[in-house]
Order: sequence, then structure tokens, then C-alpha cells
Amino acid sequence: MLEVQGIHTYYGLSHILFDVSLRVEAGQVVCLLGRNGAGKTTTLKSIMGLAPPARGRIRFNQRDVTGWPPYRMARQGAGFVPDNRRIFADLTVGENLEIAARQGPGAEKWDRERVYDLFPALRAMDRRRGGLLSGGEQKMLAIARALMTNPQFLLLDEPTEGLAPLLVKSLGERIRKLKELGLTVLLAEQNLRFTLGLSDYGYIIDNGRICHHGRVAELVNDPQVRKICGI
Amino acid sequence: MESYVTVSGLISQFLVGLSRAMILFIVSSGLSFILGVLRVPNVAHGSLYMIGAFVAHTLAMAAGGGAAGFWLALVLAPTAVALISLAAERLLFCHLYEREHLMLLLFTFALALILGDLTKITWGADYRSLVAPPFLQGSVMVLGTPFPRYNLFLLAVGPVVALGLWLFSNKTKVGKIARAAAVDREMVGAIGINVGRVFAFAFVLGCFLAGLGGALVSPTVSITLGMDHTIIIEAFLIVTIGGLGNMWGALAGSLIFGVSQSMGILLWPQFAIVFPYLAVVIILTLKPTGLLKSVW
Repeated sequence: MLEVQGIHTYYGLSHILFDVSLRVEAGQVVCLLGRNGAGKTTTLKSIMGLAPPARGRIRFNQRDVTGWPPYRMARQGAGFVPDNRRIFADLTVGENLEIAARQGPGAEKWDRERVYDLFPALRAMDRRRGGLLSGGEQKMLAIARALMTNPQFLLLDEPTEGLAPLLVKSLGERIRKLKELGLTVLLAEQNLRFTLGLSDYGYIIDNGRICHHGRVAELVNDPQVRKICGI
Repeated sequence: MESYVTVSGLISQFLVGLSRAMILFIVSSGLSFILGVLRVPNVAHGSLYMIGAFVAHTLAMAAGGGAAGFWLALVLAPTAVALISLAAERLLFCHLYEREHLMLLLFTFALALILGDLTKITWGADYRSLVAPPFLQGSVMVLGTPFPRYNLFLLAVGPVVALGLWLFSNKTKVGKIARAAAVDREMVGAIGINVGRVFAFAFVLGCFLAGLGGALVSPTVSITLGMDHTIIIEAFLIVTIGGLGNMWGALAGSLIFGVSQSMGILLWPQFAIVFPYLAVVIILTLKPTGLLKSVW
């Protein structure tokens, strides 16, 4: 589904990503693990076209999508859930979902009702302004908004960041459910334990370089990986 | 001097201020909309207002100068301005959105000068005036004082435009997308929306309002070069005191500006021009970010 080949990404003059490569097969949940500032967000933004790489190639759905603008990536089936949520604060919850609604290529046909079925807490807030939601609610809304574009592939950036443990658990269940529904996910996380039960394969990123990759169950037992992830 | 101020005179002058405020609102809401969604401080907005007035005059004359010509001009002049702005957006502005505001200010200032000269080349330096259709001419009695019918017409048009803008931004999908893009254009792209098109649409809509303001004002003023400078200064002040990008702020700012201007004429004619600016100074001293919430 997604193949990133040796990308280098810069923010202005600062070189952030060095030769990052990764693969995500259809139906997989692949995680990208690393500390704050390791390059997780930049990797996801590079894929989405929000921070286009200066070198390297990105293939998505058998197409070379290097340098594509974000809206074309979204139409091609990539759903983006940013780490800082980026909810449209002046719009209501319902309007946030409404403007994202699109007949995307995903197999599941998401609409407002189905998204509310997945996140029942949002249904009661349909008419509330997005900016008034709590952090956890905004995280749910950000995922719901991405689902409204009917993606095949979800880029999830640190969904558990700043969430209470109970919410983290319920979020894990939702992501597992999305996987069961056939969605492919690239999950950027700091929380190694959270990804354990969810993902098939993991990449460890440190200082803008992929330093390890393998099955998550094996990565957990690697002392170097444990050190990088701070366990 | 004070003895001339009567209650009916006060009310009549207040209404004159209100109708002036409607023109200011129509023009500054367009400026504010472009500022809010595109983050472009468009100095050339005033030039489009002036062009709207000139085009309205030309069209009305071409159609014989009668009532039909006036209505035709009222519809077609803003449309012509919208088409000019569409060309400007596609050819020039769309490449410049990522530039810093100072660059945009200089660029749109240059454009204002060019449009000003083009207006001079096309229409010359003569004063022109447009005649309102017969049933909008003359005066009606309001509380014992004559009040121009055309100003009553403006008082009706202003709220219609405000309502239309409100419906557009709150009830249409494009309007909601424009509101979202005002806050986070990158994220709007990430949900699959071609932001470039939304920007083009928002720009053209804002400029249409400038043209509409120009067409509407033309029966009440003499259409001449230089009317672009006056209006752009007023519109920027209005948008600033109202809150950048806030439509209701543009309305509040226009009312304050228009009414303080007309009241000034009544209370102290020699210094009338100072009043609206005094109001601006007072408001910005008390609330530097503007009366209502800015989207910036």
C-alpha cells in the first residue's frame, strides 16, 4: 500500500529526515516508534505531502505520489490525524465532519452516523464548537474527521499523547476495530506498550533515521530499542 | 450654531450615517473576508470599489441611463469586478499566499497604483454621476424632516448583504470550508479539499463586494479618481476596529465609523472629519485587537 524509499526532508535549512524508508502492506497496522523530536511527525507529514521530501520517493497504491499536494493524497485514500488534532475550532463537531465528507476509495462507507456509532461521545456534541472540546474528545474528532474522507490508509500521529489511561485503552480498541474493518494504519507513537497489541510491524526512528525495524513482539525485547523508547 | 441641532435633525443625520455605514460595511466585509480566509491585506480593494463605480456608470449610460440601466449596472458592475479579480487571483495572487504580509502589502499597493492608472486611462479624470431610478429619487418625510429615498434603499440593502454573507458562511459547505481555511488552511488540504480553489472563490467573493459597494455608492457621490484611496483607508480602519476577518466586526466598525462621521457633521461641521478617526483611536486604545474576535 505504502512504500517510502530513502526520503530526506528539510524544514527550511534544517535537515530532519535522513534516508527514511518504510513499507506498509494493505491491512497492516505498522507503527513508527521514537522519542519526541525523533522525526515521527515529519515522516507522516512527508507522506501526506505537508512537508514534501527533498529527495527520495514515496509510492502509494502503486503510484508515485512524491511531491503530491495533501488534497490529492487525501483523495487518493490517505487520512491524516495530526498529533495536535488541528480541529477547526470555529466549526461545530458536525461541521468539522461535514466538510471532510467525501466518497473516498475506502471499502467502508463512513458517514456522520457511522462515525458517531464508533465514537458515541461525539454524537451528543454535534452542535458544539470544536474548540470547546476536551483534548481527548478532539482526538476522537480528528480520527472521525479523517474517516469521513473514506480513506484506505490512516496516518495516525500520536493518538495517545496526553490522554488518560482509560481513554488510551478505549482508543486502542477503536483502532483495533478499524483494523478489523480493513483499514491500513501507520501509527506514530512514543508509547511502545500501546502499540504492542495493535500492530504487526514496527520501525524505530531516532534523530531522523530509522535505526531498527522488525516485528513488534521482537522489538519489545531488544535492549537497544527499549533504551531508545525509554522503557 | 447649537440651536440648529433639533431632535428630528439628529435622527435624520443619524439615518444618513447609517446608510453611509451600509456602503462601508459592504466594502469592508469583502476586505475582511479576504483578510480572514486568505490572510491577504488587499490594498487594491479600494481600486476595485472605484472600478465598480466607473463600470456601473458606463453600463448604465450604455443602457440608456434609465431605471433599467441602473439595475443592470448594479448587477453587472460587481460581476465585472469579480471577473477582473478572478484573473488577478489566478495570474498573480495564487502564487503569493505564502509570502509574508509586508510583501503582500507592497504587492497589493503596487496593484492599487496600477489599477488607479488604468482607471485614469480608461475613464479619464472627469467627474461623473449616476442617476438613481425615478422611484429612488427625491425624499420622503421621516419624523418631519426630508430623508433621501436612495438612502432608505441603502438601509435595506445593507442587512440583505449581511444576511446573505451570514447564510453563506454558516449554511453552505463552501462557506464552512472557508471558515475552516481561515484557521488552518493546511489541514483543510489534508481532508481532501483543493484549497487553491477555495481561496480563488473567497477572493472573488470579497472583490465582488467591493464592486457592489462601488456600484451602490455611485448615485450618492461623484464618481472620480481618488475615491479608491478614501475608501481603502476607511475600510482598513473599520476592519481593524471590528476584528480582522470577523464579519460582524466589519458591521460594528462600519456603524461606528458611519454614524460618528454623520454626527460629527451635525455637531461640529468644521471638525467633522476628525470624529470617526477619534472613535478609531478610542477603540484601539481600549481594545487593540478590535471589538470582536479576530481570526488572526
